[in-house]
Amino acid sequence: MTLFRSILLLLLLPMGLSATVIRTGPGSLLQHALDRARPGDTVIVAPGHYLQHEIVIRTPITLIGENFPVFDGENKYQLFVIAASGVCMQGITVQNTGRSSMIDMAGIRLQNAARVRVSNCKVLNTTYGIYLQNSKYCVIENNEIRSSATDELQAGNGVHAWKSDSLLIRDNNISGHRDGIYFEFVTGSAIIGNVSTNNVRYGLHFMFSHNDGYSRNTFRHNGAGVAVMYSKKVIMTGNTFSEHWGDASYGILLKDISDSRIEHNTFARNTMGVYMEGSSRIHIARNTFSANGWAMRVQASCEGNTIETNNFLDNSFDVATNGTLMLNAWRNNYWDKYEGYDLDRDGTGDVPYHPVSVYSILSERIPSTMILYRSFLTNIVDQAEKIMPSIIPDQLRDDSPQTKKWKL
Amino acid sequence: MRTVSKYVFLDLLKNRSILVYTAVLAVLSFTLLGLDGGSAKGLLSLLNITLLFVPVITTLFSAIYFFNSLEFIELLLSQPVKRTRILLSEYGGMALSLSAAFVVGVGFPLTVMLPVTASFVLIITGVLLTFIFTSLGLLIFVLSRDKTRGIGAAIIVSLFFTLLFDGLMMAFIFTFSDYPIDRAVVAMVGLNPVDLARILMLLQLDVAVLMGYSGALFKEFLGSSTGSLYAVGCLGLWTVVPLWLALRIFRRKDL
Repeated sequence: MTLFRSILLLLLLPMGLSATVIRTGPGSLLQHALDRARPGDTVIVAPGHYLQHEIVIRTPITLIGENFPVFDGENKYQLFVIAASGVCMQGITVQNTGRSSMIDMAGIRLQNAARVRVSNCKVLNTTYGIYLQNSKYCVIENNEIRSSATDELQAGNGVHAWKSDSLLIRDNNISGHRDGIYFEFVTGSAIIGNVSTNNVRYGLHFMFSHNDGYSRNTFRHNGAGVAVMYSKKVIMTGNTFSEHWGDASYGILLKDISDSRIEHNTFARNTMGVYMEGSSRIHIARNTFSANGWAMRVQASCEGNTIETNNFLDNSFDVATNGTLMLNAWRNNYWDKYEGYDLDRDGTGDVPYHPVSVYSILSERIPSTMILYRSFLTNIVDQAEKIMPSIIPDQLRDDSPQTKKWKL
Repeated sequence: MRTVSKYVFLDLLKNRSILVYTAVLAVLSFTLLGLDGGSAKGLLSLLNITLLFVPVITTLFSAIYFFNSLEFIELLLSQPVKRTRILLSEYGGMALSLSAAFVVGVGFPLTVMLPVTASFVLIITGVLLTFIFTSLGLLIFVLSRDKTRGIGAAIIVSLFFTLLFDGLMMAFIFTFSDYPIDRAVVAMVGLNPVDLARILMLLQLDVAVLMGYSGALFKEFLGSSTGSLYAVGCLGLWTVVPLWLALRIFRRKDL
């Protein structure tokens, strides 16, 4: 142990000797201090209001804000550009970037950088909060990224990553952007423990991003929770999706994605829990769907998906679809609307369950009939259809519905 | 007026039918809510029971009771009391005792076992339905000459509102589904207090699904508080209008 310590000390010694601490305040230009700094230096920014913009970091330094100094872009300019690898930035407030249709104005922009860490920063009222461009091995954590976007065209994304690899986006609080987190051509990255709320479009948006994962995030009251499009091998576990209300609102929107896993998530009070289109080989297991309008909508273009051991509770409609073709496997789910029996007492119902209710089909054809939903008459219609199915897709059924709720 | 109301109220509390009504409601509520460990499913079954039982039993019972107390009413009329006052106090006592039965039978189990907003909405709609169908019972009593016809009318009226109306409405919706009938449908719903009560509950339990439909009906009416306000307003009218009609007719009626 002593040997190890002394070796470590020897290794660190030259760094400790060469690195200096530079202090700067509102009176001077931060850019000058940054240009003076040598690799490994620490620049400490005193508290205050800085009307400085387009600050470019070109050397691997550590930039620390004392008590959140405010950098203000006066609604006209961009603020920080990190164009070097190994930069560490923390404790700084960045606010009021400009809005432009020519360039994407960002609060903090990472350009062709690697091993950059942005942590404990506040990014307020920016078009794009943190913008990663062709960057690798970067960590974005514990940031507060807030804005108040109202429409999709004017707004930008909270954390925007393009053509990047191996990113870690962790424990950020993002709200009021177009997309909370946006991934385009991003591979091998993880999104963990973020809270993404009140975004105009999606809480998290994947485009052409393979081998990524997101877990333990909370998505609430966005246009839609998460949109995963044209991607492969995305792992989605332990997230909470709630209160996505509207005629195009979903907990998760899956479009042309394959070989992915959706497990241990909670979908509560969404208009639609999971919407799947053109998706294949997705494993959906051990999720809880409660009090949603529709728990899932699985279009006929999906194939080879497995939906098993989920809990479906208090949803208005369990499953909806758009055809009679069904190439997915449904098994061992718990459906609170299941009315079958279990004679051999093995915990699995003896009659299959058809999760598509006739009224969901009727109301899709003629939305006005929804006004009669839950009336005595519609209950009779549902019961009649259960005894003699003629409208509901017969192939979509769970042959082994559970009689007891899964403990998830 | 208060004395007569109090007399009717106390007389009804001792009535065996009311006690049975309360007990049945209470047993149903406790079993349904106990079955599923306090989820929305029990609440839904209770909603169905409320929508079916309350109109039928309230209309029938109040009509029969009014007919039975015809002699008592005639006795009161020989006193220097206004006719409208007598009828109003009869109505008040009746509506209050039936509401009390509902609140004890359904309201109490709900507040104990499932204290959520939707439960309280269900209690309020149940009480409103009781008031409405009591006033319909009163109207039937005032309109019909003899007891047999009155009871027949009560059965028809309550079944019309609980079952037949929805069937007619569904036929209407299916027949004219190619036309913009959203507004007509909303107006039609106002004609049936049972549907209004159901929609009040729907807005509590199924907002998520109602937001999923496009179209003016769901955006403007069901998607906002307008729907609830409209339903409550119509229910209020449904209480007042039959009562007012009954009073008007009774004032001139030759007994």
